[in-house]
Parts: sequence; C-alpha cells; structure tokens
Amino acid sequence: MTPVLQVTNIRKQFGGLTAVDGVSFSVNEGEILGIIGPNGSGKSTLFNCVLGQLQPTEGEVRVDGELVTGLRPCDLNRLGVSRTFQLLQVFPQLSVRDNLILAGQEHKGSMGTRLLGARDAGLTEAANRMIEFFRLSHVADEKAGGLSYGQQKLLDAAMAFMAGPRLVLLDEPAGGVNLTMLSHLRERLQAINAEQNATFVVIEHNMEFVMALCDRIIVLAEGKVIAEGTPDAIRSNPEVIEAYLGH
Amino acid sequence: MMDFLTSRAFKGTVFALLMVGLIVLPFFLRPFGLLLIAMWMVHAVAALGLNLTLGYAGQISMAQGAFVGIGAYCTGLMTLAGVPYPIAFLCSGVLCFGIGWILGYPALRVQHHYLAFVTLAFSTLVFLIMRNEEWLTNGIYGLTDIPRPILFGWNTGKAQDFYFFTLLMTSILAFCVWWIIRSPWGRAFVALRENPVRALSLGVDTRRYTLMAFAMGSSIGGFAGALYAPLVQFFEPNSFSLTLSLKLLLMVIVGGAGTFFGPFIGAATEVLLPEWLRIAQGYYLIIYAMLVMILMMFCPTGIIGLGERFISHLRQKKISSERSAQAEAMGQDKAGNNGGAGQ
Amino acid sequence: MAAFIQLFVSGLATGAIYALVAVGFMLLWQTSQTINFAQGEFVMIPAFFVLWAIKILGVGFWPAVGIAVLASLLILGLLFKRAIVDPMLKHGVLPLVISTIALSIFLKEAVKDFYSSQAQPFQAMIPSEDLHLFGAVISSQSIFILLIASAAVLGLNKLLNGTRLGRAMQATAQNPSVARILGIPVERMIMYTFLINALLVALASLMISPIYLAKFTNGDTLGLAAFIAAIVGGFNQVRGAIVGGLILGVIENLAAAYISAQYRGAIPLILLIVVILWRPQGLMGRAEERTV
Repeated sequence: MTPVLQVTNIRKQFGGLTAVDGVSFSVNEGEILGIIGPNGSGKSTLFNCVLGQLQPTEGEVRVDGELVTGLRPCDLNRLGVSRTFQLLQVFPQLSVRDNLILAGQEHKGSMGTRLLGARDAGLTEAANRMIEFFRLSHVADEKAGGLSYGQQKLLDAAMAFMAGPRLVLLDEPAGGVNLTMLSHLRERLQAINAEQNATFVVIEHNMEFVMALCDRIIVLAEGKVIAEGTPDAIRSNPEVIEAYLGH
Repeated sequence: MMDFLTSRAFKGTVFALLMVGLIVLPFFLRPFGLLLIAMWMVHAVAALGLNLTLGYAGQISMAQGAFVGIGAYCTGLMTLAGVPYPIAFLCSGVLCFGIGWILGYPALRVQHHYLAFVTLAFSTLVFLIMRNEEWLTNGIYGLTDIPRPILFGWNTGKAQDFYFFTLLMTSILAFCVWWIIRSPWGRAFVALRENPVRALSLGVDTRRYTLMAFAMGSSIGGFAGALYAPLVQFFEPNSFSLTLSLKLLLMVIVGGAGTFFGPFIGAATEVLLPEWLRIAQGYYLIIYAMLVMILMMFCPTGIIGLGERFISHLRQKKISSERSAQAEAMGQDKAGNNGGAGQ
Repeated sequence: MAAFIQLFVSGLATGAIYALVAVGFMLLWQTSQTINFAQGEFVMIPAFFVLWAIKILGVGFWPAVGIAVLASLLILGLLFKRAIVDPMLKHGVLPLVISTIALSIFLKEAVKDFYSSQAQPFQAMIPSEDLHLFGAVISSQSIFILLIASAAVLGLNKLLNGTRLGRAMQATAQNPSVARILGIPVERMIMYTFLINALLVALASLMISPIYLAKFTNGDTLGLAAFIAAIVGGFNQVRGAIVGGLILGVIENLAAAYISAQYRGAIPLILLIVVILWRPQGLMGRAEERTV
C-alpha cells in the first residue's frame, strides 16, 4: 500500500543553522501520527517544509506517491492536504459560517463560477454540518473574532476539515485550550478519523493528549528523528527521556 | 428601535428612498446642481473600485486617480475620433483592467509602505505622460468638446439626460461591485486582507486574487473615468494628478473602508459638502482636513464605523436597561417568595 | 566638462537637502512607524514661519530665523507627535497615513489662505556669488548648502553613534521592547527623533527657499523626493538616506540636461520602482529577515 504521506530525508538550513537535519517518515491511510520533541527541535519547520510554506534545502515529499515538493500551499491544499497553525489563525472579520465556507470554496468550481455562481458556493449545508459537528451552532453567525479562545481553536480545526481532506497536519491543536475543551477536541478528532478514515499528523506538547490520540509517535531532537514507536514504547524509551531532560 | 436600525427592512427603505430621491431630484435642481450630483456619483464609482482593492483585499493603492485619468483619456480620445461611446466605455475598463493587473505584480513582492510608494510613483508617471505626450494627449491643453453619447436614439446631451445616464451607469457598476463582494471572491478578498498565509493554506490562490483585486479595482476606476469624460466635456492632465489619487484614498477611508456604502459617503464629503457649506468657502479644505484627522483619531473605521458604533452603543444601553429591568423583576420575585416563605 | 561639473555640483547641493529631509523621514519611520506624508509640507512651512515673524512681529531676518526654528520644534516636533502621532499609533499604519495626508492638506491650505498663494522671495543666508572652479561656474549657495548639510549629517552621525544618547535612540529604533527592558526611556527617545526631524526640515527649508522661492506647493516635490531618497538608499539606515538623497539630486539634474527636461521628474520615479522591485532593502540596506 502506498503511504498517504511519504517524507524522505528532509533538510532545512537557515544560513549556518540546520533546523531540520534529514528527517524521513511516512503515514498510512487512517493513521494518526504524533510528532513530539523539545522546543526548537524543528517540528514546525518540518511542517512548513512538508506543506510548501518553506522550501526544503534537500529531500522530497510525496502525497499518495506523487512528488509534491515545491508546490505552493494552495495547490497542495487542493490535492487534499490541509493544516492548522501553531498560533490561532481564523479570519476575525468573517462569521463562523463564512470562515468555513471560505475553507471549502476554493475546492469547488473555477474562478469564473466562484465569481458568477452562488454566494455560498453551495457550501452552506456542509458548513452547517461542520458547525453542528464541532458544536458551534450557537455562534454560527457571529464574527469569529468575537469567539472565546477555545471556540476559535475548534473553528480553526473545523476549517482544516471543511474540504474533506485526505491528510491533515495539526500544529499544536491543544495549545492554550482548557481541559473540557481539550477532551472535546480529542473526541471530535477521533470521530472524524473513524468516520472518514482521514489521516492525521499532529505536533503536540501536551503528552497526555498526544498519547491518547495517536497510533504511532516519532520524536525529534535537534532536527533529527531519535525514536519512533507506539505511545507505550515511546513513554519508556530512555533516549526520549534523555532528550527531554538531558541538557 | 436599534434592531430596526440594523434590520434589512430599514436598509432597504433607506436605499429605496435614496433611489427615488435621485430620480426625482433633477426636476427640482438647476443644471449646476445636477452636474454636482453626477460628479458625486462618478467619484463614488472610482472610490468603489479602490475600496475593492484597499478596503476588501487590503492592498494599498495610491494610483486610483491615474486609472480614472486613463479611462477618461481613453473614452475622450476615442469618442472624439468618432468611435461609438459604448465601445469607448468598454475599452476604458478593459485597458485599466490590463494596466491594473500589471500594477498588481509589485504587490506580490512588497507590501504596506513599499506598495504605497510604487503605486504613488506609478500615478505620478501616468500624470507626466499625460502632460508630456502631446501627440497623444494634447499635453497641458487637455481634451475639449468631448461629445455626450447618443444611445439607441436617446441623446444625453442635455444636463438632465446626462444625469439620468450617469445614474443608470452608476447603478449598474455599483451592482457589479456589490455582486463581487458578496460572491466567494469577496470572501477570498477579505481572507487575503486578514491573513494571507492562512488563506493560502486553505487553497486560496492569493497570487491570483491579489492581481484580480488590483485589476478589478482599477477597471472600475477606468469606468469612472469613462463617465467623467462626457460629464465635464473638458479636462486636462491636472485633473488626474496625484491629488486625485490621494483624495480617492481619503474618500474610501473617511467613508469606511471595507463597507459597501462607505465610498458613497466618503465621496459626498469630498464633492457635495464643500458646495453646500458655502459659508465656509475657501476654508472648507482646512476644516475638512482637521475633521479627517479627528475622525482618524477617534474612529479609524470611518463614518460608517462611527454609525455602527453609535448603533451598538444604543443596543448596549437597551440590553443593560433590559437587564436591570429583569434584575428588578427578579428582585421583586425574590422578595415576594421570601414574603411567602415568611408566612 | 565644465557644464557637467556645474550640473553635478548643483545636483549634489539639491541632493544634500533631499538627504536631510529623507533622514528625518526615516528616523520617524524607524522609531514610531510614522510614514509622514506631510514631510514635504514640513519643509515648506518653516520658511513661512520666518516670513510671518518678519511681517507680524516686525523683527529682522536673523531673529525671525530663530523664531522659525523654535516654532518648528514646537509645532512640527512636539505638537505633531503629541496631537497626531501618539493618539493614532494604536490604530496601525494606514489611519496614520491618512492623517498625515490630511495634515499636508491642512498646512498647504493654511499657508494659501492666511499668507499668500503667490511665490514669495526669500532671503538667502549668505550673499550669492559665482565661484570659478576648473572653468565651471558654481554658485556660492551650492557650496554653502553642501557645507551646512555635511555639517548637519556629521553632527547627527556623531550624536547617533558617538554618544550614549544616540545609542539609546538607535536601540529604541531597532527594538523598543528590549530597549525598555534595558531601562532606556523609550518615550523620550522617540520625542527626540521628532525634534531632530523638526530641526532637519527647518534647516532644509532655510536653504531651499531662496532657490525655489517660498510657495505653498513646494512640499509636493520635496516630499516625494524624500520618500524616493529614503527608499532608494535603504529604509533602515541613516547613511542609506544620505546616499539616496545625493544620488537623487545628481540624477535629477543630469537627466534634465542630458535626457529630457520634461521627464526630469520621471527618472527618479523609475529608479524608485526598479529599486523597490529588485532590491527592496535599498542600495545600502540589508535585507530584513523574514519568518513564516
């Protein structure tokens, strides 16, 4: 079986600094892969390289076996790869529903139909389903900027799923979210994973969250993969403990 | 009452009254008054275009006046050469669309103040060409005796007829802009303004939308110029100097950037108010400049933003008074209950 | 050759004035993100302070100059910062841009309505004489301007790089929050840059008004020249603005003589567009680090 995402030997240098140093991994369909590592271990840079936000210095990225290195984020997104960012990124002046419609509209029709066709690009129903799914119905018509932090975080995640992606990369989805919202978020992510057989890659600092959510975990330190395995194996791996507590 | 102020019915009523007013107005005004209102509409159209580029897509442009000029020269020269007006009108828009598209390329590389200066330089270059290339533009003497169109046997030569023609064209162009901003394009423009990186990750082709925002805004400016030429029938390069671009920028921001009616209000403050405030004549610009500075200080979202703030203030007041009424009622309930318990 | 030298030197003199205005413009941008669209009018106004003082107070030229410099410091420095820039900073760059555009209209109209719309003769600070150098005729004005502008720039450089105060100002420009942590009174440093800008424009005004005559529209071209000089040289460095100003003055003069008088204004604009697109950090600047 071809993996959904195959990353081979990615390197990224900023001047003299090597942020990501030859990382390879792959993710199979329906799998939830966690990426953990201490601050500055290159997790976000790796994400940005995989997603076309940054050009990797070396290495290649394949989605469903097809080479996508160097594609722009918007083209990659239309191939079914979607993401969230470490810092909250919703469009504060648009309503919750418009945020979601925006997240789906570029996947339908052409520039012409988007100009001349329906205002909602036929996505109101899909957006409402997503709003329902993430339990945001009571704020559906409010501007996203007026929502609480946790609600915005849910919206942020919901936007990543709006276009029915094959692969979603989540950058610290649990960051800054309170405990109730956290279990809610995890449960929603697992539900999507089960229902749609969607594939996730998750960067996370919250160990409890990541251990409960992921099938497999890789550990980065100083730009390199130092361990890979099931949550249980990672928990008891001495090298991982060393990387976190060592220096 | 405040819910009524924001309701669709209220907005519809105001809009309908305004349209009726603009339709019956010519029967009460002298030609000069008509010229003035037509002038307001033309400026509003140009500002609508800039609002698309700046207010919605967030790309600063100091060249909208240049596009009005290009449109005016294009229509003026073509109609003087005997080309039918509708063709000249369309050519103005298409020409400005193309030039605007090219002007959008710098926006892909630089932002904010750099973009402001590139567009400002472009605007000044266009002015220099208008002034210096006499073989094409007749230099500082400008174009004179630009004919007003005859459309399907309707001669728009008289002030009143031309007024109605301007009203018709303004309505059509305003409808187009309204259509664009409520289409998925409008949503993509706002996304581009608020967070281009996130928009890109959601599949929004920010390159293409940026260029489109420039091209469409500029072409609306070109159409405004195509209306301006037969309206004034005489113009020279100075009509389209950097001052016009800066004025249009002020109109958009003062009216309320990123709102549909903002440019109409902004254009009114630049074109209509000075004529109505005759008492302040001569000093109008000074007063205007001071008011703009004060407005920016207290409400950078412009006059529309000021209105919205007023309405939300009323609403807050209503909510808090309702709450206190509720609290009072509850208090009485409680007192009653307590009384009951006491018995 | 003689003609070339003449053009070159008078270009340098104009360029030196542009440089002064551009340095001030850039200092404001660095310390408080103010793109001052009224910078040109700031150069136009001090000459009228002098004329007002002579006309209304009946003082002589030199006392009037003193009053004008004081008025510039108070109005274009202190008042500008307190009344316009400070209240607007929290709203971001664009509203402040609009505000300074309104301010430029205000200043222009104020001069037109309350003084005169006609160009006013303006006394030069030194008598005008022609000097003969290598067969070229060079006006003493040009030399004087070059000397004064160089002195101003050297003085400023000494202040910024050679004193504690100057280094504190630079720290403020580069990173206000770190500067604050280091105990630098950031607010006062920003105020100083506004005062320095007021001094620079006053100086530029006194030197350029005898050449162009004092007129309310003078700011249009001067402001544009300052923007161009600042960007061409490099937005984040004082020496960039100086080099930019000098290049601009010389190019403008030579282009007018050898390429096209009608398009003398166009050459700097094309230079500006080319520099922004190919080297946005300016000829002397370093690229700013970009992060995703």
